[in-house]
Amino acid sequence: MTALVGMLSALAVLPLILIFGYLILKGASSLNLEFFLSNPVPAGQSGGGVAHAIVGSGIIVGLAALVGLPVGIGAGIFLAEYGSGRLGWTVRFVADVLNGTPSIIIGIFAWTWIVRPQGHFSAFAGAVALAVILIPLVARTTEEMVRLVPHSLREAALALGYPRWRTSLSIVVRTALAGIVTGGLVGVARVAGETAPLLFTTLGNLNFSTHVTEPMQALPLQIYVYATGPFPEWHRLAWAASLVLILLVFGLALVARRVAANRYGTR
Amino acid sequence: MHLATERLTARYHGRPAITEVSLGIRPRAITAVIGPSGCGKSTFLRCLNRMHELSDGGTVEGRVLLDGTDIYGAGVDAVQVRRRVGMVFQRPTPFPTMSIYDNVAAGLRVNGVARRRMGEIVERSLAQAALWDEVKDRLHGSALALSGGQQQRLCIARALATEPEVLLMDEPASALDPLATQRVEELMVTLKQAYTIVVVTHNLQQASRVSDYTGFFYLGDLVEFDQTARMFTNPSDGRTEAYITGRFG
Ligand SMILES: Nc1ncnc2c1ncn2[C@@H]1O[C@H](COP(=O)(O)OP(=O)(O)O)[C@@H](O)[C@H]1O
Ligand SMILES: [Mg+2]
Repeated sequence: MTALVGMLSALAVLPLILIFGYLILKGASSLNLEFFLSNPVPAGQSGGGVAHAIVGSGIIVGLAALVGLPVGIGAGIFLAEYGSGRLGWTVRFVADVLNGTPSIIIGIFAWTWIVRPQGHFSAFAGAVALAVILIPLVARTTEEMVRLVPHSLREAALALGYPRWRTSLSIVVRTALAGIVTGGLVGVARVAGETAPLLFTTLGNLNFSTHVTEPMQALPLQIYVYATGPFPEWHRLAWAASLVLILLVFGLALVARRVAANRYGTR
Repeated sequence: MHLATERLTARYHGRPAITEVSLGIRPRAITAVIGPSGCGKSTFLRCLNRMHELSDGGTVEGRVLLDGTDIYGAGVDAVQVRRRVGMVFQRPTPFPTMSIYDNVAAGLRVNGVARRRMGEIVERSLAQAALWDEVKDRLHGSALALSGGQQQRLCIARALATEPEVLLMDEPASALDPLATQRVEELMVTLKQAYTIVVVTHNLQQASRVSDYTGFFYLGDLVEFDQTARMFTNPSDGRTEAYITGRFG
């Protein structure tokens, strides 16, 4: 039995090890200062970097997080604390449907409602699409984390004369905070790698741009373009960019772990 | 009489858990509530600080008089009642994100007690709960690092900090080892000089050791209420006698 479970766990981590190992093999040698600090050179030439995509991803994901985290966390707290009625049921249902919606469909809607009326692609539209993915994700993990807080703590606070809202915020949410932050970081990591919704919204940009009202490059888009392009030089850069993206997600996951462990005692 | 119930009935989703309980609780004394499990002891206790209405489907009929005022009367704020009637639960419930100091100060903060008075009140409360000497060097350490018995005394200190008039304790020692239990019992006897204490216990020896009055509940009814010494030596109801002689429960 133990051996079987051990084998299955090994099987579960195998893809990560394979992906990570292969990415290091193919991409690590291209990770130099030029890769991080310079923009692309004309097609066919060698060298150049993806600074524009790194900055672009930072801006798009940052904007999405700026909107998505507060809204998602707020919704999650609402669901856990006051979500037993009809409104709670509806919000939960909508969140579940959104969580199950393929991200390309969310991209198409962002295109229909933002890009087409405005008449141009923009980083803003991409940030909206990512926020729409992020909100239900964070809402549901926040709800779960808040629900994990033992009922006895809530009762203890109420018995001390805490008003209900204060019990929610300074006892229940505070106790769940590490878990909520972890969930938020994992959500951000997840949308940072989304490609499909950005194809319809931010489009991509071969040049460095920080204007949110214009098309912008992002790491997943860059990988998509370079990996499907004809030049070996592009393929090399695509591998390196993939490695950077994975490292980014890895880093966020590690930070999330640290946050989860870093509080009074351990869980 | 400091605290009294008049025909108090408490229900869960319409089903009564205690029925028409009328009982007067003496000030500065320990009143024990005993009875087999499921007979409504906790429900009764939770009616005394308006916690019962927070349970799913929890409703209350009848009156609970605190210093002559019905705490279920119109215009009485449940939050204010809970500040006057403190509660300690079966399992210790320190707030895990807070230090020892902040746990004790928690009730003071919501009561708007001035920050400069807080240190003094925290020390006094921890001393009252016989915990000060054990924690005075690590007030800002985690409350979770304390032993179970210390955590329970911390919860008692937390309840005392806001200077309630009544202290309700629901099987406060049942999750503790014998030594910690003894400390909590000693503590209760000390505290009754200043507080009115109502304690639920399924431990008959504990009831006879610490309490001055005892109420015996059975199937949601208050069967008998008397001085502890009298009830344990000469119960007037056959069911009480059967229970305290261990024939059921
Ligand atoms: N939250 C609840 N919802 C519904 N019924 C409950 C709830 N809590 C207790 N009861 C019922 O009320 C009765 C009394 O319970 P309780 O007061 O907890 O008894 P005791 O503390 O004496 O063991 C029991 O029959 C129990 O099943
Ligand atoms: Mg009970």
